[in-house]
Amino acid sequence: MDALFLSRLQFAAATMFHFIFVPLTLGLSILVALMETRYVSTGNDIYKRMAKFWGKLFLINFALGVVTGITLEFQFGTNWSRYSTYVGDIFGSLLAIEATVAFFLESTFIAVWVFGWDRISPKLHLMAIWLVAIASNLSGLWILLANGFMQNPVGYTLRGGRAELADFMDVVTNPFGWMQFFHVIPGALIVAGFFIMGISAWHLLRKSHPEFFRKSFAFGMYAALIFSVFTAFEGHIHGNEVALLQPAKLAAMEAHWETTDNAPMYLFQIPDEANEENLVEMFPIPGLLSILAYNDPSATVKGLKDFPKEDRPPVTITFLAFRAMVGLGSLFIALSALAWLVRNRLEDYPLLLKALVWCIPLPYLAHQAGWIVAEVGRQPWIVYNLMRTSDAVSPITAQQVGFSLAALTGMYLLLGAADIFLLFKYARKGPQ
Amino acid sequence: MLETTWFLLWGILWAVYFILDGFDLGMGTIMPFISRNETDRRTIYNAAGPFWDGNEVWLVTAGGVTFAAFPAAYATLFSAMYSALFLLLFALILRGVSFEFRSKVDSAAWRSIWDVCHVVGSFAPALLLGVAFANIFRGIPIDANGVNQEGLLQLLNPYGLAGGVLFVIMFVLHGAIWLGIKSHGELHDRAVSLATKAWPVLMLWAVTFVVYTAVETKLLANYIQNPLLLVILIGAVAGMIAIRPALGHGHLWRAFAASATGIAGTTLFGVVGMYPRLLPSSLNDAWSMTIQNSASSPLTLKIMLTVALVMVPVVILYQLWVFKTFSHKITKDDLDYEEAY
Repeated sequence: MDALFLSRLQFAAATMFHFIFVPLTLGLSILVALMETRYVSTGNDIYKRMAKFWGKLFLINFALGVVTGITLEFQFGTNWSRYSTYVGDIFGSLLAIEATVAFFLESTFIAVWVFGWDRISPKLHLMAIWLVAIASNLSGLWILLANGFMQNPVGYTLRGGRAELADFMDVVTNPFGWMQFFHVIPGALIVAGFFIMGISAWHLLRKSHPEFFRKSFAFGMYAALIFSVFTAFEGHIHGNEVALLQPAKLAAMEAHWETTDNAPMYLFQIPDEANEENLVEMFPIPGLLSILAYNDPSATVKGLKDFPKEDRPPVTITFLAFRAMVGLGSLFIALSALAWLVRNRLEDYPLLLKALVWCIPLPYLAHQAGWIVAEVGRQPWIVYNLMRTSDAVSPITAQQVGFSLAALTGMYLLLGAADIFLLFKYARKGPQ
Repeated sequence: MLETTWFLLWGILWAVYFILDGFDLGMGTIMPFISRNETDRRTIYNAAGPFWDGNEVWLVTAGGVTFAAFPAAYATLFSAMYSALFLLLFALILRGVSFEFRSKVDSAAWRSIWDVCHVVGSFAPALLLGVAFANIFRGIPIDANGVNQEGLLQLLNPYGLAGGVLFVIMFVLHGAIWLGIKSHGELHDRAVSLATKAWPVLMLWAVTFVVYTAVETKLLANYIQNPLLLVILIGAVAGMIAIRPALGHGHLWRAFAASATGIAGTTLFGVVGMYPRLLPSSLNDAWSMTIQNSASSPLTLKIMLTVALVMVPVVILYQLWVFKTFSHKITKDDLDYEEAY
């Protein structure tokens, strides 16, 4: 195993672990802010208790999100130094701006919120949580614009062996970055929605604090319903964008080998990467892939075989991750719609409540799958059509990376276990 | 001119980071020596509670600015110090979660696990940051291709370690003063007494370090060329000296400001001494990473400067407000507060 392979593994481990915590932070910060807004505007104490209870779970989760984020910034320098030199002009400045305009705000005011319940006025305290929610999501925007540059490099000129900034407006209005933003942030609200629904359902099944958890459930349910529908529509537009800008990724998402007009989508498919074909193709829906890609049932969709082998992303992983994301996304619409239908008689549907408890991890999986599509699907490029991942790695030894990877994995597993243990403990305990 | 501005801002960002995280890293380091019981330890955690996260963002920003303004230097530095940086990172991660996790389970064993993480996670960054900066001051073996293969052990050379020890002493003193500000009673007295005892050690070590620097590095060349710059070194020393009378009179905020001046002066003394190099090469000065050969394009530097000039004052203003809001002494009420660590 060489430094490149280990560095990729390490980056995957570090980002995926970081992204267990980020979506809940992004989504829950908004929902907790809404709960506290209700408290400040109605004066009803139950909303204050709600902000505190969900806020505590938010904080346990938040801590790991922050500390694992620093690892990522460092890793561009430690493991991907050639990439850093090549695109630092653009990518580095986006990270620096993120820290200056968003991360400072988030990290400073989260402390004000935690320690300020009795020290500042309720309005000022409410402002603190809104600043945290806005800043967290603003952080997400800058990071996704940075990722957008890797997906669809714009606003640069090549000079002196690196990509130099040519037009800052192009970089910050990169449609790919914004498409990802409007996919990831609503996705985060789905995570938070199912998190709240699931934990509330668990308590409702046990008849503990029924009023508290019925009210909480509503916050989660509306977030999950609105944003799972939104994300599906937005995902379709995002798919159009991918078809246009990253045709190889689109072909890999559907394991689409031959260039065809009126391309069908198969409900069941097993790709066989080695032989450049699909082992099984069942239940075709004629023209659906053409519609998904170009909104036109007769459009031509380029197949993987028309890309040089060295420019194709890993097909099976991309294909499976895409199926998982879309399948889960559809399930979220169905489940939250069902919950909405019976919202006034929740306790009469114990089966649904039980199912919702078990569904808590699913939006997390959908997020991970989505990122696999985005990142693995972009391979072999680290910056699409501009720099190959294999040219980006640092001149470091495999041994160095091996040690850091082992240490990182071990530590993350322990911290992850401790975090989940605490989340369970406090979720079960219920409000004070 | 743009490059020079960013070079200075880069130095200042690191200095601000050392001043801010310096006190909570220092408090974490002295925790086992200064705390007698659980109340003392909780006071220490809560004395850092509202600040440590905001403080650490200065590190993220200093790293991000290195990446954005001097990407080639960022790439060389971070890959050159690979193992040391990962150690630093692991330490900071363990310390960060110790704040949030420690109080969440009512068990002595659970708490002592996170206390160990907290102490190691505070001491190791203080030491490693000092080791890293001393090595940068001295120069690291960067070859013609901007590549460096130095391992962790080479970084732990005598001069590097001397720098590490200097940072630990500075942060310990700084942290003890902060704890004095935030606590009362016996813990307050112990903190002030520790600071008073640490002061002569700092003075002795600082003088030794300056002499060692004169022998081991080329930092003084800029100062010989332009003696006016020695103001920075004088400021650092004056700051350190001023700590003692302020402690003696019980003016802890003044002592804190003096200590902050000492830390900033020490950092900027090294940074200005390197100019125009960001990472001097110990092999051949022609291979050094300078502000010219590692800077971003003028457009990036200009845009970032605009962002920095608008946002950094705003950040400073709201962080000052937070310091003002939470500068009170930790009392029993604070420890009984439901969100307290």
